[in-house]
Amino acid sequence: MTATLRTRRRRRALRTLAFLSPWLVGFGAFFGYPLAATVSFSFMSYDGFAAPSFAGLSNWSYVFGDSPLFWPALRNTLWLVVVTTACRVVFGLGVGMLVTRIKRGAGLLRTLFFLPSLAPPVAATLAFVFLLNPGTGPVNGLLARAGIDGPAWFDDPAWAKPALTVLAVWGVGDLMVIFLAALLDVPREQYEAAELDGASAWQRFRYVTLPNIAPVVLFAVVTGVIQATQYYAEPLVAGKVASGAVSGSGRPFEPGYPDRSTLTLSQLVYQQGFQRFDYGAASVVALVLFALALAFTALLIRRRGGSALTGAGD
Amino acid sequence: MPPAPPHRRAFAALAAVGTALALALSATACTGAPRGGADDDPGARTTITFWHPWSAPSEVRAIDADIARFEKAHPRIKVDVVGGIDDDKLNQALRGGGSRSPDVVTSFETANVGRFCSSGALADLAPFIEKSGLDLAKTFPKPLLDYTQFQGVRCTMPLLTDAYGLYYNKDAFKAAGIDGPPVTWSEFRADAKALTKPRGDGYDQVGFLPNYHGYENNIEHYLGSWGPRYFDSHGKAFLALDPAVGELMFFQQKMVRELGGYEKLERFRTGLGDEFGAEHPFQTGQVAMQMDGEWRLGMAMDAKVPFEIGVAPMPVPDEDRLDYGKGFLSGTVMGVSAHSRKQNAAWELVEFLTTDTEAVVAFANDIRNVPSTFAALKSPDLKLDPRFRTFLDIARHKRSNTAPGTLDGGAYLRTLQDFAYRFEKEKDTRGLIPGLLRTERQIDADMAQAERG
Repeated sequence: MTATLRTRRRRRALRTLAFLSPWLVGFGAFFGYPLAATVSFSFMSYDGFAAPSFAGLSNWSYVFGDSPLFWPALRNTLWLVVVTTACRVVFGLGVGMLVTRIKRGAGLLRTLFFLPSLAPPVAATLAFVFLLNPGTGPVNGLLARAGIDGPAWFDDPAWAKPALTVLAVWGVGDLMVIFLAALLDVPREQYEAAELDGASAWQRFRYVTLPNIAPVVLFAVVTGVIQATQYYAEPLVAGKVASGAVSGSGRPFEPGYPDRSTLTLSQLVYQQGFQRFDYGAASVVALVLFALALAFTALLIRRRGGSALTGAGD
Repeated sequence: MPPAPPHRRAFAALAAVGTALALALSATACTGAPRGGADDDPGARTTITFWHPWSAPSEVRAIDADIARFEKAHPRIKVDVVGGIDDDKLNQALRGGGSRSPDVVTSFETANVGRFCSSGALADLAPFIEKSGLDLAKTFPKPLLDYTQFQGVRCTMPLLTDAYGLYYNKDAFKAAGIDGPPVTWSEFRADAKALTKPRGDGYDQVGFLPNYHGYENNIEHYLGSWGPRYFDSHGKAFLALDPAVGELMFFQQKMVRELGGYEKLERFRTGLGDEFGAEHPFQTGQVAMQMDGEWRLGMAMDAKVPFEIGVAPMPVPDEDRLDYGKGFLSGTVMGVSAHSRKQNAAWELVEFLTTDTEAVVAFANDIRNVPSTFAALKSPDLKLDPRFRTFLDIARHKRSNTAPGTLDGGAYLRTLQDFAYRFEKEKDTRGLIPGLLRTERQIDADMAQAERG
């Protein structure tokens, strides 16, 4: 390699770095450094006051072996990732298809389905806790009139997560809009050709609609998985209100009500770090959460062969 | 091997810098080590920040009035007051430091004193107390001095006391043919059953709502009547072999079963009003007996309940009749932030609010709490409803108790309560002793983790 070539390559590399530098600084300051700090703190004992001390693997063994909260939180998070994401994608797509086919009142329906997604999460959760109150809520009142003994919803460990899923599906308007745009982009002639070939409705969906909107489905699933792994406010508010914990009583409320059934990993990070001030254990949970989101995303993108993101479909 | 492309080298360099920075940060602990001190001049004109947990309008008015008294007595010190602060926010601010963090703090959670003192979040008050020439033993009752220090470090002072007793609806008692409040838990169970009026899937009235979610029915409040140890002499959790814990668990589970079962009672609970609102179920007559702190009397009177309120100590186990009169004690604690750069001025406020008889009496009168100093307890200015005397007696009872503070704050109580929830629901089928042994192991593991921190 000649000196001129080397100089040219070095200049090109420096130019590339110069163009990338704003992103590199942001990435380093707000992602790279915190990630490295989290890895570092996961091997430290630190309560926010005394100087951190090296603790070896004790935080890791505490979280995986002794913590009463980690495994319930992991199970709940996985449950929410799988069920909530699947329900939101299926309902979002279903509603999107419905409003593309309706001839009259489509605008009104689109607005009605989209509106709930504008509701602030805390307000929406409060409304749901009120609606699903087992003692005084109108939902159980209606069920009782139909002769059905309604569940205790947010007060029952078996029903708390399904109730949160209903809340998530209610706010599916954001996904509906994305699916709607994708569905309207599917070329009409492909449906006409399929119909001429005698394809059934299911076959038209499977072999025409789905391949065309696959990148959007993948986007919805990936962002849904990331959202579900970070699920925080809704279970916290639902648990706090349903349990009768009093705001302003001076007493802290630890998430998970009822019986740890709504405790998520992101809540556990907060609880360990900022309620129990065990930054070491909190860092371990944060890293597990990061690995989980990374693994789900990598798995999904790999299964699509990377092609969906580029719009190639399959 | 060919050289790595430039962008990979850049990423590697960035990762290395990030890791080095993280390690440097960890090693030097430049996040939160207290930098406060007691070298400020308390005679200088200054402003200190005071955080407190009270939020009810009448309570906020009362503490504001107390602060006004302090400012009048100490015209050079101005106090910025921030209310409605729970222990989470408090601990976070105490760690964060900074110019807007509090100089003086108060907390309702006596179980957190261990964490406040051991972590160094609050300053050791011993030098200030010595400088002020305060004789604590002559100023405060011993139980209050015990729960405001941890392992010899006094980082808080008692500011009023809470004593838990039994409120009962005298009209409902009369209608059910019950003469007076129950003395033993057996009598209590019989009374609760007699006072319960089921209607369909719900109730017109419940004699007593025994569920742990029933407002003040925390396990430590219940256990005040049994007198548990919680920890052995080595600091290990002591629950499975403590008859107090087992007796409470069985008693409570039996109560839940006899009064209609967990599901039915929980359903009833979800329809009840707020604990600190006018629609509290005792005040509305939906619940005939209520375990609660002394403040309920004032709140119930303010709500103008349409029945006569009775007040008594909580019942005792059948074999402990002679101990009748004891109860669970708690209280507000007050301390100075270790980060504060105005610790002398901050101490002036702590000393005034916790030891000035006029201030203590006025505050106790306003928020209907039990005064925390001997002088205030004897003060002629103390406005006492005759029924309030019951709480003063509970506070003075030699067998009244509280939950001990630990390095891990009140986390052990939450772990025990978690098991208690499962036991009351009869969902933990492995039985009481295995469950309590698991709970002990959990508490010990959490405590070991806290010790490492």
